[in-house]
Amino acid sequence: MNSCFIKNGRVIDPARGLDGPADILVEGGRISAVEPQLPAPDNLPAVDASGLWVMPGLIDMHVHLREPGQEYKEDLRSGLLAAVAGGFTAVLAMPNTAPPLDTAPVISGLMSKAREIPGARLQVAAAMTRSRKGQELNEYQDLRSAGASAVTDDGSWVTDSKVMRRILDYAQVCGLLPLSHSQDPLLAQGGAIFEGRVSARLGLPGIPAQAEEIAVYRDLALAELTGKPLHICHLSTRQATGLVRSFLARGLSVSAETAPHYLFLTHEDVGDYNPNAKMNPPLGTAEDRASLREALSDGTITVIASDHAPHSVLEKEVEFIDSAFGITGLETSLPLMLELAREIGLSPSNLAELMSRNPARLLGLPGGTLAPGGPADVTIIDPELEFTYNSLDGFSKSRNTPFEGRKFKGRAVLTMVGGEIRYRWPNSSIL
Amino acid sequence: MYSENLVWPKDLIDLRGLSAFHLTAILDAAENFREVSEREIKKVPTLRGKLVVFFFHENSTRTRLSFEVAAKRLSADTLSLSSSGSSMAKGETLLDTAKNIEAMSPDALVIRHSASGAAQFLGDRLSCPVLNAGDGAHAHPTQALLDLLTIRRHKGRIQGLKVAIIGDIAHSRVARSNMIGLSALGAQVRVAGPPSMMVGGLDDEYGVKVFSRPEPALEGADVIIMLRIQLERQSGQLFPGAREYARVYGLNPRRLSLAHPEAIVLHPGPVNQGVEMSPQVYQCPQSVILDQVSNGVAVRMALLYLLVDNPERHKA
Repeated sequence: MNSCFIKNGRVIDPARGLDGPADILVEGGRISAVEPQLPAPDNLPAVDASGLWVMPGLIDMHVHLREPGQEYKEDLRSGLLAAVAGGFTAVLAMPNTAPPLDTAPVISGLMSKAREIPGARLQVAAAMTRSRKGQELNEYQDLRSAGASAVTDDGSWVTDSKVMRRILDYAQVCGLLPLSHSQDPLLAQGGAIFEGRVSARLGLPGIPAQAEEIAVYRDLALAELTGKPLHICHLSTRQATGLVRSFLARGLSVSAETAPHYLFLTHEDVGDYNPNAKMNPPLGTAEDRASLREALSDGTITVIASDHAPHSVLEKEVEFIDSAFGITGLETSLPLMLELAREIGLSPSNLAELMSRNPARLLGLPGGTLAPGGPADVTIIDPELEFTYNSLDGFSKSRNTPFEGRKFKGRAVLTMVGGEIRYRWPNSSIL
Repeated sequence: MYSENLVWPKDLIDLRGLSAFHLTAILDAAENFREVSEREIKKVPTLRGKLVVFFFHENSTRTRLSFEVAAKRLSADTLSLSSSGSSMAKGETLLDTAKNIEAMSPDALVIRHSASGAAQFLGDRLSCPVLNAGDGAHAHPTQALLDLLTIRRHKGRIQGLKVAIIGDIAHSRVARSNMIGLSALGAQVRVAGPPSMMVGGLDDEYGVKVFSRPEPALEGADVIIMLRIQLERQSGQLFPGAREYARVYGLNPRRLSLAHPEAIVLHPGPVNQGVEMSPQVYQCPQSVILDQVSNGVAVRMALLYLLVDNPERHKA
C-alpha cells in the first residue's frame, strides 16, 4: 500500500536544512509530512528508526549494469537489487553496453523492464555520440523522451573538441547533463596502472596523471566557451582536482564526482598484481588521495559515485595486463563513505548532499530531499552497525572488489523506494 | 648442506624479499654446482624421480636451454610446453593451462611469459614451486643471479662495486631484477638510457642513480651491464633508429675507456652487435658474456636444488 510511518529517527535533509529528530508520514508512495513528534496513525505499519539516520534516498550516478549484452557480469535485476542493498534508491546506468544505449527504443525498453524489478529506480545516461564513437551526436530529444537524464561516452573521451563543443551546446537544450570520462586516450594507451613507483616496480605500462589533467582542462575550457553545464566523472588526480577548483572559482556551472576507492586506496594497493586494484582511471598516489579528500571537504567535488563495474573471473583472473578495468561498488560505497565521514569530519548532511541531493539536482531527478509531496525514496542508515563485507552475501553477480573481508561500521539497514520497503538488513530489528 | 637455517619461499618470482643471506646462499650453492658441469659424467642424482615442467609462453633459447641442462644434470624428468604447441593458442586461459599442468603433479614449474605478473599469478594459484624464467618487463631473477655470480667470480665481491646498467630500462626485466639484487648486496647502481626508455620512480623505488646519457654512468664503473635493444619496439618510436642509438648509447672502445680499466662487460644476450655494443667490445677480454652462460646453468641447478628438493624448507 506504499504507506507507513517512520518514527523516532534522526532525519537529515540538507535541501531543507534539517538534521534532527522527526517522524515521517508516507502515504501512497509519497512523503506527506515530516515533523517532530507527529501523531502516530493507527492503521499504518511503523518503522522504528530510533538511533538511526533517515536520509533522502541515495543516488549513485555512475554504475555499469551490463544489460544488454553482458548479463553474465550483471543484469538489471542483480544490479538494481545490489543498489538497494547498498542503500541506493536510484542509479544512473552507463551506456557502454552491447549494443550501447544510444537509441530511444533500447532505453525505453530497459526502463520499462526495470519498473518490474523491486530494486532501485533505473535512470539512464545515454550515449553522447552514435555508437560511442565520438563523431556524430545522437538524437538527444528522442533519448530524453525515452527517459534518459544524461549523456556520456563513459569509457571513452570525445577526443574531437569541436564535437564536444556541439554536445555541450546542444545537451542543455534537451535537458540532458553531459558527463565526461576525461582522459586523453592516446597518452593513456596501453597503460595498466598509474605511472609511478608501483608501475616501475611491477614492469607495467603506466597511465600518467597528465592523461586526466589534459582532458579535464580541455573539457573545462569548452564548458567556459559554451557557458553550459558539464559534469566530470571519477576525478582521480591532484592535478585535475586543482583544475576543477580553479574553474569553479571562475563561476562555471561544472561539477565533479569521485569514487570511494580513490578516497581509500592508492596504487600501492596493486601489491603483487591484484586485479581488483585495477581500474580506470587508475588508483593514484597518497597525495592524489589526500587532495581528493580535501576537495570533498572544500566543495570542489560535490558527488560521490561508485563507478560500479562488475566483471566475472573470465575478465579478471587473467594476465594482469589483460585484466579488465573496474571494481564493484554499489554495496561498499556507503559503508566506505561512513568511514570516511568519521575520518575527515563530514557531517551526515554532507553525506546526504554528496550521495543524494547533488546527484538529484544535477540530473533533474525527483528525490534528493524528503520534502512533502516528493517520492518516498528513503534510506535508513545505522551508523554504528558493524559488519564484515562478504561479496557472496551481496546481490551483484560479480565479486571483483578490493574490499572483500573489510570490517565496516555503518550501513543502510532499510531502503524504501516509492514508499515500498525494497531492502532490509536481515539482522535488523527495525520493523 | 647449504645454509640449513634459511627458510626459502615456495616460489622464486623475483629477488625482492630475498635477503642478502639468501642471495649469497644461492651464489654459494651455484659455485658448488659449477663443479658438476666440469666432471666427465655431468650428472648428479639429486632430483631423480622429480618432474620439472617448463612452460614457455614466450620465445626463449638461452634461458630455456640453460634450465633444461640444469634440470637434466640434476636427473629430473623434464617436460616442455610452449605456447605454439599448447592449448594457449586455442583460447585456453593461463589459469586453465596451469591447473591442467598441476593435475599432473609436477615438482616444479618454470614459467616464461610475456605478461608482467604471470609468474606471480601462477605462484599464487599452484601448490608446487614456481620459478620465474622471465615475466614481461617485471622480473628475471635467474638472469640477475647469474649476473651476480659472474660479477662475484670476476671481482671477488659485490659490495661497493660501481655498476652501470645501460639501455632500455623501461621494458627490461633483467634491469629490474639486477637493480634489486645488486642493491641488496651493496653495489652502487647507476642506470642510463634514453628518457623514452626510462620510467619514473626508479630512484625512489630501487635506490639507483638515473642518467639520460651513458657517460656519467660509465665513469669509473667496475661492471657494465648492457641491455638488448628490441629493434621490433622501434615502431613505437621510442628512439629514432638503431644507428642513432649506437651513436648515443652504444658501448664502443671510447666509452668503455671511461670505466675502470679492469671493468667487466655483461650482456644478457643475444647481442645486437653494432647497436648496443660494438663488435670490438663484444670480443674484447673484458667481455664476460660467455661466462654468464655457463654460470646460468650452475645458478639454475642451485635454485632447483634449493626450492624443489627441500619441501620442509619452503614454509614461507
